[in-house]
Amino acid sequence: MTHETMANYANLSLYSAMAVLTLSMLGYAAYLAGWLPTRDAAATSVGAEVAAEDRELVSAGVGSMSGGVAPEAGVSTSTTSEVPLRARKAGGIAQTLALLGTVLLFASAALRGWSVERWPLGNMFEFGVAASLFTMMVFVIAGTRRDLRWLGVFVVAPVLILLGLANTVWYTEAAELMPSLKSVWLIIHVTVATISVGLFAVGATVALLYLAKDRFGETTGGFRVLRALPDSRALERFAYSLHIIAFPLWTFTLIAGAIWARQAWGSYWNWDPKEVWTFIIWVVYAAYLHARVTRGWRRQSASWVAVAGFACIIINYAVVNVYFVGQHSYSGL
Amino acid sequence: MSLSTQPNDPRRDDITQPTLGTLGLLRFGWRQLTSMRTALFLLLLLAVAALPGSIFPQRSIDAVRTADWIARHETAGPILDKIGLFEVYAAPWFAAIYLLLLVSLVGCVLPRSKIHWKAMRSQPPKAPKRLERLASHESVTFDGTPDEVLEDVRAALRGGRFRIHSHDATTVSAEKGYLKETGNLFFHLALIGVILGMAWGHLMGWKGDVILPVGETFANTAARFDTLNPGPLVDTAAFAPFTMKLTKFDAVFETDVKGKGQFGSPRDFTAHVDFTKEPGAKVEKRVIRVNGPLETGSGTAFLLGNGYAPHITVKDAQGKVTYSEATPFLAQDNNYNSVGAVKVAGAGPAGKQLGFAGLFLPTAVLDDQGPRSVFPDALEPALALSAFEGTLFPGGRPQSVYSLDTAEMTQLKNKAGTDLLRIWLTPGQTYTLPGGQGSITFDGVERFAGISIRNDPGKELTLGSALVALLGLILSLTIRRRRLFVRVSPADEEGRTVVSIGGLAKDDDEGMGEQLEGVLTRLKERRT
Ligand code: HEM
Repeated sequence: MTHETMANYANLSLYSAMAVLTLSMLGYAAYLAGWLPTRDAAATSVGAEVAAEDRELVSAGVGSMSGGVAPEAGVSTSTTSEVPLRARKAGGIAQTLALLGTVLLFASAALRGWSVERWPLGNMFEFGVAASLFTMMVFVIAGTRRDLRWLGVFVVAPVLILLGLANTVWYTEAAELMPSLKSVWLIIHVTVATISVGLFAVGATVALLYLAKDRFGETTGGFRVLRALPDSRALERFAYSLHIIAFPLWTFTLIAGAIWARQAWGSYWNWDPKEVWTFIIWVVYAAYLHARVTRGWRRQSASWVAVAGFACIIINYAVVNVYFVGQHSYSGL
Repeated sequence: MSLSTQPNDPRRDDITQPTLGTLGLLRFGWRQLTSMRTALFLLLLLAVAALPGSIFPQRSIDAVRTADWIARHETAGPILDKIGLFEVYAAPWFAAIYLLLLVSLVGCVLPRSKIHWKAMRSQPPKAPKRLERLASHESVTFDGTPDEVLEDVRAALRGGRFRIHSHDATTVSAEKGYLKETGNLFFHLALIGVILGMAWGHLMGWKGDVILPVGETFANTAARFDTLNPGPLVDTAAFAPFTMKLTKFDAVFETDVKGKGQFGSPRDFTAHVDFTKEPGAKVEKRVIRVNGPLETGSGTAFLLGNGYAPHITVKDAQGKVTYSEATPFLAQDNNYNSVGAVKVAGAGPAGKQLGFAGLFLPTAVLDDQGPRSVFPDALEPALALSAFEGTLFPGGRPQSVYSLDTAEMTQLKNKAGTDLLRIWLTPGQTYTLPGGQGSITFDGVERFAGISIRNDPGKELTLGSALVALLGLILSLTIRRRRLFVRVSPADEEGRTVVSIGGLAKDDDEGMGEQLEGVLTRLKERRT
């Protein structure tokens, strides 16, 4: 097989992954939607696909007949066995498709690497694919240990956006690397960085869901989806547990990057924009870990620091790589 | 009861001063500085303070771009310069933040180390009176006397790697996870090591850059460098006297893939040098690559750049050679559109000096978009120059070798005098200047290697500390500090014993219950 055909297969695999993940996302959405009726005993007649306007009508109905019904709804929230069959089906299909999409993403990255005979992490497009892959892997692997069907739509949707961007704005043809990137440290540093980005991504998603649930979870307004989520303490703890895996990996990224910088540019720290941002991200997440145990800081505020950390990661990839002048000019754009 | 050994324990806050004298104020300030809140604030501040350095060009990284930026922003430039935004990482306010953080760190970590040292050598504390008040708690009844059961409780706890101690005959206190705090302290202390290593490297290290055209030899003396940045404590006279001659320079660019952003991208650079460790030593053939530096024994030589050095000869009207050198032109973009200047320092006619400035184009095209290079390799090289006469070094100010200071020069006109003179030369061509000013010849083109030689004696300390920090961090984040308390009491039935077990952990320790179950399971196994 020629390199070009391989690269084409890589793209084909990527498109398939996107299609499969889109279906998976719809499945997760149906799962969440299907949850709602049982939670609100009053709304039993509503089907799985609640349209936005309908939802408002329904919630208005719930509000008006609160009294006797609400406590019952509260009871049913505590047990997962109450999930209706349709929702469970949708959730199961979504899980399978998420796994399949992840495998296809992996295949795409592997084929791309094969076609260029190098590690497939050399430009923005490849970062995008790899970050999507690792985010999905984090989600799928974490999902083997606990029920994460409630999280699916919130992970798969951003991943699809990222893949869309990678495919359109950042697409770069398969090719060799420039000399400064030819190093085993590329494999070590960038791969670990991307894995931790995957963890931080899921962590930030859960942190945001925690903040949303904490703020709006008890209202009877339009945010009823939040009721399908675990309780806010559990969400916060889950977000923390993701971050404490990601943070040492990011610390390692920083160290490995410094070692590589010395190999390639002669000095392990140059305050290059990309290095500055890697450092800023590290400091912000260190602040998050501190904020969580600092007296007078609430868990909510600490979670906002974690979200800010992820905002820095996004800036680091989408802005610094492309627009800032530095030695890390390898976006391929 | 708290598991924490942080200095912001309420116990510490109890130390109130009757009157806040100077000492009291100092103590108050110190406690504020070493508090967790301050550390957090300083961390966030550090993140914000590091930001502008990635937005504005930094003098230490690219002095030319910085000067350019300031020149282009007439009002903002000098103001931002004054507050140090072009030298963020050397600015006093940036230093203030990290030094305060460092002081806070030391002031926080040393007392914590002391407390932890004591905690590690003391026994787990006494069991609370009412174990059922603890977050995780369970009571199980077993066969056997309290003493027998207690013996097995001890064994079960030891099996769970708890450290145990009995303060009285009916209880056992157990604790584990001391390594968490140990790791945490190592992490924080190692950060200090990282900073010390950096400071050491800054004081004792040096770096020098040299542009070396093929065929030329570099000798490692301070004067030979184009730029040299020695640390304050470096003796520049004591550099090791190695030499290296650049014999060949290979450059490979992408030609197969035509896609956007790839065609013409650099693929491989290799500098072949004849390396001589010291005068008289035998010549070793070595290569320097990007990612493949050469250890010289006194600093490491890195290949950081490359470009073209067209060989240019200038003759005066009598045909005498006044300039003949491989003249490096600095690449400006991926197609190696390169700028440079020729400064004929010897006096020209009527005491006027000659200067040329312009472009070197490795693969030149000349069309309505103007002269430019379309590929980085030297396929169709050409020089596009303008000529000037006047004073090359007005006021003796230092200036870049790649550009002319034309403040006291006038640009030459073409032969007819109708337009400014533009010289276009391909290799081997000579241009005769108008007005009997002599001639300029483009003899040929060589590549040059941009070599940077650097010495950093602090890097091992920094790396070692960073690795210790990483290890400490992993311990700190993965290990849990846990206490279990067990009390045995005779049950109502004869020959049976009630075992009460309670666990104490930080608020969000999901695993505490599991620990408790684990101990109970091991206990049950022993009792059956
Ligand atoms: C150079 C700046 C600092 C950095 C990068 C840093 C980083 C960290 C990190 C990543 C942790 C997480 C470990 C964990 O959650 O168990 C941590 C924990 C901690 N840090 Fe720092 N730290 C810094 C300065 C300080 C200072 C100045 C203090 C004292 C005021 C401090 C006190 C603590 C304490 C008490 C913990 C333990 C938190 C706990 O788990 O209970 N740190 N630090």
